[in-house]
Amino acid sequence: MPWTKLLIEKREPGFDDCQHKNLRKLKFSEAIREALDSALKYDKRVFVMGQGVDDPSGMFGSTLDLHKKYGRRRVFDTPLSENGVTGIAVGAAITGMRPVYIHNRPDFLLLAMDQIINHAAKWNFMFGGHANVPLVIRTVIGRGWGSAAQHSQALHGLFMHIPGLRLVMPSTAYDAKGLLIASIADNNPVVFIEHRWLYKHSGHVPKKIYSIPFGKGLVRRRGKDITVVAISYMVIEALRAAEELGREGYDVEVVDLRTLKPLDEEIILKSVKKTGKLLIADTDWITAGATAEIAALTAEKGFKYLKAPIKRIGWPDIPVPSSYVLEEEFYPGVEDIIKAVKEVVKE
Amino acid sequence: MNGLKGISKKKLLDMYRMLTKIRGVQLMIEKLYHLDEMKTPVHLCLGQEAVSVGVCANLKREDFLFSNHRGHGHYLAKGGNLNFMIAELYCKETGCSKGRGGSMHLIDTSVGLMGSSSIVSGGIPLAVGAALTTLLKRENRISVVFFGDGASEEGVLYESMNFAALKKLPVIFICENNFYSVCSHISAREPDSKIYMRPKAFNIPSKRINGVDVLEVYLKAREAINYTRSGKGPFFIEARTYRWRGHAGQGDEQKSKYRKMDEWRRWIKLDPISKYEKRLLKSNILSEKLKQNINRQIEYDIDKAFEFGQKSPLPKKRDIMNYLYG
Repeated sequence: MPWTKLLIEKREPGFDDCQHKNLRKLKFSEAIREALDSALKYDKRVFVMGQGVDDPSGMFGSTLDLHKKYGRRRVFDTPLSENGVTGIAVGAAITGMRPVYIHNRPDFLLLAMDQIINHAAKWNFMFGGHANVPLVIRTVIGRGWGSAAQHSQALHGLFMHIPGLRLVMPSTAYDAKGLLIASIADNNPVVFIEHRWLYKHSGHVPKKIYSIPFGKGLVRRRGKDITVVAISYMVIEALRAAEELGREGYDVEVVDLRTLKPLDEEIILKSVKKTGKLLIADTDWITAGATAEIAALTAEKGFKYLKAPIKRIGWPDIPVPSSYVLEEEFYPGVEDIIKAVKEVVKE
Repeated sequence: MNGLKGISKKKLLDMYRMLTKIRGVQLMIEKLYHLDEMKTPVHLCLGQEAVSVGVCANLKREDFLFSNHRGHGHYLAKGGNLNFMIAELYCKETGCSKGRGGSMHLIDTSVGLMGSSSIVSGGIPLAVGAALTTLLKRENRISVVFFGDGASEEGVLYESMNFAALKKLPVIFICENNFYSVCSHISAREPDSKIYMRPKAFNIPSKRINGVDVLEVYLKAREAINYTRSGKGPFFIEARTYRWRGHAGQGDEQKSKYRKMDEWRRWIKLDPISKYEKRLLKSNILSEKLKQNINRQIEYDIDKAFEFGQKSPLPKKRDIMNYLYG
């Protein structure tokens, strides 16, 4: 959607996670593209498909012109048929290929739940390890310009519930490339969820092929007053909030989980042990979602560290509304994080 | 030397052996099921053996096969290991799926059996995906999927046919129309039962065949497979057949409540095995002596397989997390 592009440029002016001038920088979308490019070059078994992967804008730039470089045999447009094409990807994966199947929006994955959950996630287990499924499903969360209830969902809470899947949600260009390469290299089905608002962000991305291990979060900012565990785009919002809170004397630690499945329990508990306080910020519904899981595990395994009740920030229990006034009310952001941090720290 | 309808004597006898083997295995499962030692829901394919056998007799070892919940016949006809299948029914660690799948989830990748889904229609796109693999790797393999009439009511069949036709993939769709989905007759589920007409909307050639005549299945499947193997794209076969037993488990005590008994008796008379056996005897392809030898050998193999299954170790509880990831 062209409007989304404009909106992102307005709302996300040149966020740069690396101020170092001499290092090579790429935008998030370019980092994704470079990961696909490297994987296609590196491994003949890799192919990339999805509705519009060869379109002129190249899925917001993330697949731009890859079909010209590798041919339409390996990079191709597909019928919409989300469930069928997911099953086709699973069939290709168990017979020796490494498909990357791309969707514009997570909302459409709901049409493919049978193949993702009943088949991809279970095939290896159900057959005693005889048929693993090296499949990557990439998708991009939408937000804004009235995208409304069926073009803005995140849905990682649903996928987090399912054994057998991996769930990856990068927040920086560096991680996007490294985690996508790790996902393609992995022998299991990976749901790789990007956020559209991260696409213009840039950061240091090495040219070489590299991978980031699953289940390893990262402390993006060190602090001692409170831990903010954040997911995807909320990492950026948490860092902005931490910056502002820092000026007011609050020392905020920001943890970027990077993958939700596996979940880096250790980094959460270690940080909470230090700060004694926990705020969790997500781009998804609160109820029974990732924030609930993280809160539960902290309560189970880190109760003794907690000096104040856990607080969660995420979406209210309604579908995403369209009107920009309601959108503003719906999405939590920097201000909500600042307010929540102050509340928890004062406890 | 002389066969029937141009089919070699060896092939005819191989098919006879396989029909007898599948029938024998099904009957033995049914006989022992009440002991509650096979703790898995079994979906017997008694009455439907000719479809598996006639189709798979045309396949090469490396061709891919995908199956469904009623998959014992598919598994055996493609060459799946009998011992490992029976051990799977006994939920043993030596089972083809190491006791993690049970009767509805059989696999033997050494003969191209890539698994069976118990979600009706679930295996169909997987077979198309396997065909995509052979296309991308430029291999001369084909991919085959068995599914029932119920699967013809699932959207993913049409999504899969569309993709297979679009990419001209080497995949054969075999619909075993046994007219029942659990207890629901096809007339309660579909406005017409011409399943074989639907692929024509995708320009996929299709045929309706008599699924209880193994020679017809063999010959029609051969045409389809030759077409597909030569690179012309997918083919669809609707094989009409009949499920002698209930949807799941042994026997079918409910049959008089949802089936007309004269319908049931009519199909039982069309027994694909005894009719075929008579034909082979009459044509002197099979002698009484050879028949006895074959049956004795199969009984022996089945006994051994059940013994293997019964005596094999169960999975260890501490290994419950194994195989979640590959």
